[in-house]
Amino acid sequence: MKARIKITLKNGVLDPQGKAIAHALGSLGFAGIDDVRQGKYIEVQLAETDPAKAREAVERMCKDLLANTVIENYAYEIEG
Amino acid sequence: MLRASVIVFPGSNCDRDVKVAIERVTGFPARMVWHGEASVPASDFIVLPGGFSYGDYLRCGAMAAHSPIMRDVIAKAKAGTPVLGICNGFQVLCESGLLPGVLMRNRSLKFICRDVDLRVENNSTYFTRCYREGEVIRIPIAHAEGNYFADDDTLDRLEGEGRVVMRYASAAGEISDAANPNGAQRNIAGISDESGRIVGMMPHPERLFETALGGIDGRRVFESAVVGFAEAMD
Repeated sequence: MKARIKITLKNGVLDPQGKAIAHALGSLGFAGIDDVRQGKYIEVQLAETDPAKAREAVERMCKDLLANTVIENYAYEIEG
Repeated sequence: MLRASVIVFPGSNCDRDVKVAIERVTGFPARMVWHGEASVPASDFIVLPGGFSYGDYLRCGAMAAHSPIMRDVIAKAKAGTPVLGICNGFQVLCESGLLPGVLMRNRSLKFICRDVDLRVENNSTYFTRCYREGEVIRIPIAHAEGNYFADDDTLDRLEGEGRVVMRYASAAGEISDAANPNGAQRNIAGISDESGRIVGMMPHPERLFETALGGIDGRRVFESAVVGFAEAMD
């Protein structure tokens, strides 16, 4: 199975990289950009075949390492 | 005999500077402990040095926080062994949960390497007791991720419990946005745990501990540890 994990900054947490990207897009002539937030996308290939167990494992991976829940939210989909 | 241990992660680059600072200031040898070891030898204090542990992969300090040696560092810290985290070491302390909050990318997005003025807010921690409260000291920072962040409740708790150890300040000791190099909340440059035995700080005291280096304002961090050691001997 494969887990597709998205990690994003929580609302209210300043994202200077997102701001720099928004600024660069503006300089390239892209108009109407209100805000940019940068996050991470992680794919994890799992040997597990039971969706419930896979979900449980990915949940722990996110909490223990992949996301820092002080500043980040995580969401994931499991397929296969 | 004072027993200090410096933890070395792959990518640490201030470990030898810290070892030299400890040895010159305390007069005792410091041990280097590799991240793959299962345990830290009995120590009077442990230092997590600056650098780029594990290449800063995922988040600064995140991989190091889960390295084999950290399980024992965390256990020893919880049992009362003083731990100082400098720069990347501070990031590791936050990622390991020994200190609250997180060090985010500098608001300028730039790596900043220069001397900064700091106001000592708490001189009762294990590593700051040789400073005076309110004293302004000048030591360097060298980081791209030193922008301290925690939610307002956590910040209020840190302030209320006197756990803000030092703040970025003007040379006159004023706390202002102009004196804040990286966007850290409430100008926080260093914090401690409830007991004052676990301290994390972004500035590098080991880089200014003797006059040959251009200043001695960092020296008292290590002298403080000697005082703590001497007290424990009594």
